[in-house]
Amino acid sequence: MRSPHSGAWWLWALGLAVAASRTTNPALLAMIAVVAGFVAVHCRSSAPWSSAYGMFLKFGLVVIGIRLVFSVLVGGINGPTVLFTLPEIPLPDWAQGIRLGGAVTTEGLVYALYQGLQLATLLGCVGAANALADPRRLLKSVPTALYEVSAAVVVALTVAPQLAVSAKAVRRARVLRGDTAHGWRAIRTLLVPVLEDALDRSLHLAAAMDSRGYGRTAGIPRQTRLLTAALVMGGLVGLCIGAYGLLDAEAPVFIGGPVLAIGVVLAVAGLLVGSRRLRRTRYRPDRWTVPSVLIASSGALAGAVTVLAESFGDASLVPSTVPLELPDVPLLPTIGVLVALLPVFLVGEGRS
Amino acid sequence: MIRFEHVSVSYGDNLVLSGVDLTVPEGELCLVVGNTGAGKSTLLRAVNGLVPHFTGGTLAGRVVVDGRDTATHPPRELADVVGLVGQDPVAGFVTDTVEEELAYSMESLAVPEAVMRKRVEETIDLLGLADLRGRPLATLSGGQQQRVAIGATLTAHPRVLVLDEPTSALDPGAAEDVLAAIHRLVHDLGMTVLIAEHRLERVAQYADRVVWLPGGGAAPIAGDPGPVLAETPVAPPVVRLGRRMGWTPPPVSIRDARRLAEPLRERLRTVAPPATETLAGKEILVAHGVTVRYGKTTAVQELALTVAVGERVAVMGRNGSGKSSLLWALQGSGKRASGTVTVNGSDPAALKPAARRARIGLVPQQPNELLYLHTVAAECAQADTESGRPTGTCRTILDSLTPGIPTDIHPRDLSEGQRLALVLAIALTPRPDVLLLDEPTRGLDYPAKTRLADTLRALARTGHAIVLATHDVEFVAEYATRVVVMADGEVVADGPVGDVVTASPVFAPQVAKVLAPQPWFTVAAVETALDVL
Repeated sequence: MRSPHSGAWWLWALGLAVAASRTTNPALLAMIAVVAGFVAVHCRSSAPWSSAYGMFLKFGLVVIGIRLVFSVLVGGINGPTVLFTLPEIPLPDWAQGIRLGGAVTTEGLVYALYQGLQLATLLGCVGAANALADPRRLLKSVPTALYEVSAAVVVALTVAPQLAVSAKAVRRARVLRGDTAHGWRAIRTLLVPVLEDALDRSLHLAAAMDSRGYGRTAGIPRQTRLLTAALVMGGLVGLCIGAYGLLDAEAPVFIGGPVLAIGVVLAVAGLLVGSRRLRRTRYRPDRWTVPSVLIASSGALAGAVTVLAESFGDASLVPSTVPLELPDVPLLPTIGVLVALLPVFLVGEGRS
Repeated sequence: MIRFEHVSVSYGDNLVLSGVDLTVPEGELCLVVGNTGAGKSTLLRAVNGLVPHFTGGTLAGRVVVDGRDTATHPPRELADVVGLVGQDPVAGFVTDTVEEELAYSMESLAVPEAVMRKRVEETIDLLGLADLRGRPLATLSGGQQQRVAIGATLTAHPRVLVLDEPTSALDPGAAEDVLAAIHRLVHDLGMTVLIAEHRLERVAQYADRVVWLPGGGAAPIAGDPGPVLAETPVAPPVVRLGRRMGWTPPPVSIRDARRLAEPLRERLRTVAPPATETLAGKEILVAHGVTVRYGKTTAVQELALTVAVGERVAVMGRNGSGKSSLLWALQGSGKRASGTVTVNGSDPAALKPAARRARIGLVPQQPNELLYLHTVAAECAQADTESGRPTGTCRTILDSLTPGIPTDIHPRDLSEGQRLALVLAIALTPRPDVLLLDEPTRGLDYPAKTRLADTLRALARTGHAIVLATHDVEFVAEYATRVVVMADGEVVADGPVGDVVTASPVFAPQVAKVLAPQPWFTVAAVETALDVL
């Protein structure tokens, strides 16, 4: 079977991320993390980027740890159940409202744990998408009008590891000169050859791309180019603001949906006008097959159901920590999140 | 197919090429030769318009490829006619897997998807890339990368293929693979191929025509390979032998030379070939059970090596056989998982870097990595300070290696040979007992290689021990007293140069192949023997 469209996996993960961003209910968050993790492990290919999922999980645990440490040190939400008391460091008047040390309460810790878990779950969703679809492949699927931008990003993604390799080689060579420079001089002796190397490399790459036909244009007048640029830029700004509004629960309602929609329309128009400019074809492009559409919709459904439950005022999405209560399991979002397991049935194990 | 009409190229006042009048007909394999800096790359890059569209400079005259003038067609508009593979294939890769790289040119040329699929499969079969199709480019060996780079230009169905030093970085076996692929393109597809190369012993035999660039902006000389090469200072050993013996036309291939060499072999039968220099020095570098690991892969496995003062050792072996890892581990700056190394009685890895390099120096594969100052003078002064030697030591050594390098020039503007001399001088400033060199002959022409061999011989005579990793069999014949062959991180052969290079045709220099079974390795040795007769 053809592997699903990279975009499908990212939309699926985005849907789960939206669901996670709307709740601090530990049961629901844990379920989202488990669903994302199970699908990632079950459906991922043997490609090199797939192994990065573990790193995202570890990073998530670190985030929870940091959130807990901060809540112990700086405080925040407090309740009546004092666990232990740290010596409090007195701060001057202008720093009122900030507290260092002091009483640590169960309520505060639980609240911090919920918040950390939410961040970790979001990371887990991104990690799953990253393991399931090569981000570079996703960049390859961008519309032709954005081709130059995606090419630049792809090249940058390749150059970053090369810089690290180059820096390592130069450091190793530096030892051969018995150099014991410190401070600014040491940085200089490292930077000059690495940057010269990077510059050399980019010139070589530019020459190679030029020789291989990069940038053959169909000769479109200047006005059309300006129109394209304006439409695309306006669209992207709209998309960013809209996405922010959708993810941030406290943003005014009109910033979410409507702005996002305007952004989408502008961007699509710009891309349609712009794609006439370049003549390019794609080798083995990702296609929106039926499974791809189903995968994307299953994730989107999980997100939509959670947003819906929130607008109905489902209190169990944000369980109370003061007073501490055992969280309920919200029925509708749980079913939604379970639907996001659909890819497991659509994609065979260990596709390549 | 390619026509140069009164072409000259200059950067400011610096005239790189002039008086180039050249026509390369369809289906010809044309070899461009010349010293480093003679303008070979410039000539090649003028074919698809990179010179002057990309590099700047002034091009006078006309370059016409398949009826298209490069003055009106920038490189991207010639991409469907000319395929260009640069010196370093990795630097030209745009994507990161083999299959996507093969498709890249076609995507830019807007080839329909169905055609792309077909052409990728054809190219995979043509160049034997079937096992590699899904592999990331970074994990391929040098020869594989070179073949992918050639394949990536072929998918656009160009009529001209331009290759800049396609075999310089490769071991003899991988170079054979690449050249066989090129040979097949010329003979099966009638493709026009233009190659620039320093290792003429590898490619000269395949050429239909040779273009010699004398350098300094003088007009090039083109003609049949034998006669043209015989007139040049960069002739490969077999041509030099033919020139000395007065064979006409001078042979370019081993087969032709062997047919003509029957009387020579008869004459040399009575003469004893020069004995390999005897080595009576004390053992200075002793290594036992050296193992180097990177993650799960073992680069060097339980290796033992002893080198005495005055010895000139060549370490040979495939790309990736562990030569570089061994040199770095011996020097002490590289990793060593287990084993012992002693230089003059103490372990270099246990010493501070400055004290270490005073005992054992290393010239790495990319000499640029050692240089970071803006002038040759500053680099020399820095070398004196960091070695604790009187001012001027490094410059004196540099002048003895290659006289006349200007002081205020940027090290990047030096030729390959001059830059190598500078790095060598820096490594020699603290007067180390042992000197290690990693692939020093990359990018050097024959005269520069002969100078390097003389330099190393003189160093060995003054009490240094020298270990050098290389793929260059001709250089080994000229330089080494002893050869160590590595495979998979282990030593598979270790002995005097004569025994090792005659044992395998892969490692045999041209003179040895021509005069086998008699053990002669260099033109110089034959010349000396004939002078005596």
